[in-house]
Amino acid sequence: MNADFTTEELAFQDEVRDFLESEFPAEFRAKLDVSQRLSKDELVRWQKILYQKGWAAPSWPEEYGGTGWTQIQRYIFATEMGLIGAPEPVAFGMKMVAPILMTFGSDEQKQRFLPDILESNVWWCQGYSEPNAGSDLASLKTTAMRDGDEYIVNGAKTWNTYGQYADWIFCLVRTDNTVKKQEGISFLLIDMKSPGITLKPIVLIDGHPEVNEVFFDDVRVPMGNLIGEENKGWTYAKLLLTHERSNIAGVPRGKRRLRALKRIAKDTDDGFGGNMLGNASFSNKLTDIEIQLQALEYSELRTLAALSVGKAPGPESSILKVVGTELAQEMDELFVDLAGYHCLPFVPEQFEDGFQGVQLGPGNSAAAALTYFNNRKLSIFGGSNEIQRNIISKHVLGL
Amino acid sequence: MDFSYTEEQQMLQDSVQKFVQKSYDFGTRNAILASDDGYSIENWQLFAELGWLTVPFSEADGGFGGSAVDLIVMMEEFGKANLVEPFMPTAILGGGLVAALGADTQKAELLPRVMDGSLQLACAYAESTSRFNLASVTTSAESEADSLVINGSKIAVLNGPGADKLLVVARESGATADNAGISVFLVDSESEGVSIQAYTNVDGKKAARIDFDSVTVPAAQRLGEAGGALAALQAVIDRAIVATSAEAVGALEALLQKTVEYSKTRKQFGTAIGTFQALQHRMADMFIECQLARSIVIMAAMKLDSSEGELEKTKSVSAAKSRVGRAIRKVGQEAIQIHGGIGMTEELDVGHLFKRVTAIDVMFGDADYHTERFASI
Ligand SMILES: Cc1cc2nc3c(=O)[nH]c(=O)nc-3n(C[C@H](O)[C@H](O)[C@H](O)COP(=O)(O)OP(=O)(O)OC[C@H]3O[C@@H](n4cnc5c(N)ncnc54)[C@H](O)[C@@H]3O)c2cc1C
Ligand SMILES: Cc1cc2nc3c(=O)[nH]c(=O)nc-3n(C[C@H](O)[C@H](O)[C@H](O)COP(=O)(O)OP(=O)(O)OC[C@H]3O[C@@H](n4cnc5c(N)ncnc54)[C@H](O)[C@@H]3O)c2cc1C
Repeated sequence: MNADFTTEELAFQDEVRDFLESEFPAEFRAKLDVSQRLSKDELVRWQKILYQKGWAAPSWPEEYGGTGWTQIQRYIFATEMGLIGAPEPVAFGMKMVAPILMTFGSDEQKQRFLPDILESNVWWCQGYSEPNAGSDLASLKTTAMRDGDEYIVNGAKTWNTYGQYADWIFCLVRTDNTVKKQEGISFLLIDMKSPGITLKPIVLIDGHPEVNEVFFDDVRVPMGNLIGEENKGWTYAKLLLTHERSNIAGVPRGKRRLRALKRIAKDTDDGFGGNMLGNASFSNKLTDIEIQLQALEYSELRTLAALSVGKAPGPESSILKVVGTELAQEMDELFVDLAGYHCLPFVPEQFEDGFQGVQLGPGNSAAAALTYFNNRKLSIFGGSNEIQRNIISKHVLGL
Repeated sequence: MDFSYTEEQQMLQDSVQKFVQKSYDFGTRNAILASDDGYSIENWQLFAELGWLTVPFSEADGGFGGSAVDLIVMMEEFGKANLVEPFMPTAILGGGLVAALGADTQKAELLPRVMDGSLQLACAYAESTSRFNLASVTTSAESEADSLVINGSKIAVLNGPGADKLLVVARESGATADNAGISVFLVDSESEGVSIQAYTNVDGKKAARIDFDSVTVPAAQRLGEAGGALAALQAVIDRAIVATSAEAVGALEALLQKTVEYSKTRKQFGTAIGTFQALQHRMADMFIECQLARSIVIMAAMKLDSSEGELEKTKSVSAAKSRVGRAIRKVGQEAIQIHGGIGMTEELDVGHLFKRVTAIDVMFGDADYHTERFASI
């Protein structure tokens, strides 16, 4: 048993580090340091830098312009990216719809969509959830009715992340009402510019409209946008779900935030002449998190090692989602703890591009509560943590 | 032993409940928050007419009686409605400091105006590096003839933007964290050298960072003895902690009740989500948290009203704030989680209550701070 990287892997790690050090734009790093969001244009610019290097799609096979990396190389890359805070490409295109296209799409669909995802020319969003189909996704009601060589789509999707930036949406739609709910669902690609689509932003409790309702009113979609066979959409989507738990643990980001917590704690007065790193309650909590992060990291490595020898990712990957998200949320609490009174001002503009006003509180402290609020989503989306625990009890423990 | 409310307390509770039912639904509250003042001046006048603004004050000062138990009866109802009017900064903190420290003439000048609703106050005590230690004061007040000159910065001043007068905690002598040397001054918000940077807090309330640049105040505007204000300040803050913890208890109970209701109506997998035992136990735990939080707040209020010594009182206040803080995290987070996506939105009152209790957790020291303070007393 060993958890060492080979000489080649270590050389690869150096290469990735050097590349990121020199190519990840300094101005992006500066923005992230003060908790400012990168704009869509900036994210596209970064994706194109990766594309030039041939590293745009770590998880894709070479035939589609991917890196063809091993699981370990992908892990190393994701880790180094996470440690310096370089954003991963928006997942909806690269990690969600692309694998579906590669596995179930026609050659025509692959050629039409994959290159633009790779180059970040076209942005995708995910249209699965509906007001009454959340955890029980298979009960979705948005319909697609055949009309000649088109579908006519009617219904409403919701919680659609970054739909306002997206060119295309991949949807699960109902194409058969007469069968078991899982068996009447199809996987459809829809151009967001189609007549009949309207978006209504939903403002979250941190003040940010990051999700939308999407309404479909007699939207005409060419048959050619159907993936695979009609009524097989649920099978396709589920296959993707088990395969896409990689990186879900967020260990690199966790390590970076742990480092930030230590640094900030040292700079935060305890009010009695010392600093918060010397505060026993705080430092115990921080230490617990550090240990938990190590346990999570080795759990992820074990999953990875199994994948490397060709085993399918099992329901054990639910562990990574549950622990990764709950750990991130615990860290959010520690940022709030450190910020104290400084986390109270609600000034979301302060994290937008071009903010000119006076910054309230030291460092990113005024982002602490907003991040705490926003990250409550982590245990809700991507299959809620209750659903993950149900998967473990049912499929792992056989209960 | 008897934990029931007196007839007067019952009436007070009824009066707040009636008002909330009639004129304080979620939409109205949000409209009030969105207004320039951030609270309703009409409501404030009504509170005065209903006598609510007299509740924190003793009969000798012209008030309702000033018991801590009266206060928690009222604050709990405020918490359920997530009421935004600046009762805490004006009546409990500002008015409380005047009542505790002020000379008779100062009280006579200010307290009737607090109680009739014509005066808004704010208390400027916290500083950028003081964290939660009330004795950590760098803002200075230096004597110059019959006046004092104040220099320094205060953060997190609740009601700072709307206050007519500020109660400013400043140091006349001693080192940064010394207990002695701290005074409280009454400073007009319009005074030269006072600059108020107004903003909104995460719970929607107005607050400010306030800078004092050579602000001159006559010595007559000092409340109490020179350099001797800390004990009174601590006592006033202790009372505010109990009041705000009671507000949190009300808000947490509202969160619990809304979550239970929602779980009965929200259907997934063909059944109400409240039928899943995984969620039932979590809501049972939320209930337990609410009950324990309520018990310890009642304990602290009863101690404050008792003849116990100051240390015993302040220790029970820390116990309450610490325990309520833990309930806040647990109940607040579970309420959002059990609501799912809809709990994350501005559209639902659940998120607003969650933000309010999160702010209360920070105010006057978080759970860890008060656990340590409890242990150190
Ligand atoms: C910020 C954010 C972004 C999102 N982005 C997208 C997106 O881009 N595209 C998209 O399609 N969707 C997206 N979602 C939707 C997300 O996947 C759903 O919110 C999630 O599936 C939960 O559904 P729900 O919100 O309807 O909650 P519900 O399913 O109503 O769940 C409510 C509560 O009940 C619990 N529960 C449900 N069933 C069970 C059970 N059987 N046993 C125990 N507990 C149960 C849940 O865990 C939860 O705590 C997003 C959500 C959020 C909050
Ligand atoms: C689309 C998008 C949305 C984003 N939304 C948010 C958001 O809502 N809130 C947000 O914070 N960031 C947000 N970010 C920024 C992102 O989380 C950054 O990566 C991170 O905030 C800073 O990264 P860093 O590598 O500089 O880490 P560091 O500067 O080391 O910070 C890491 C963590 O520490 C926190 N932190 C830093 N200093 C303090 C302090 N003094 N007190 C308390 N906490 C502190 C940061 O908020 C961050 O969570 C967003 C980024 C993108 C691309």
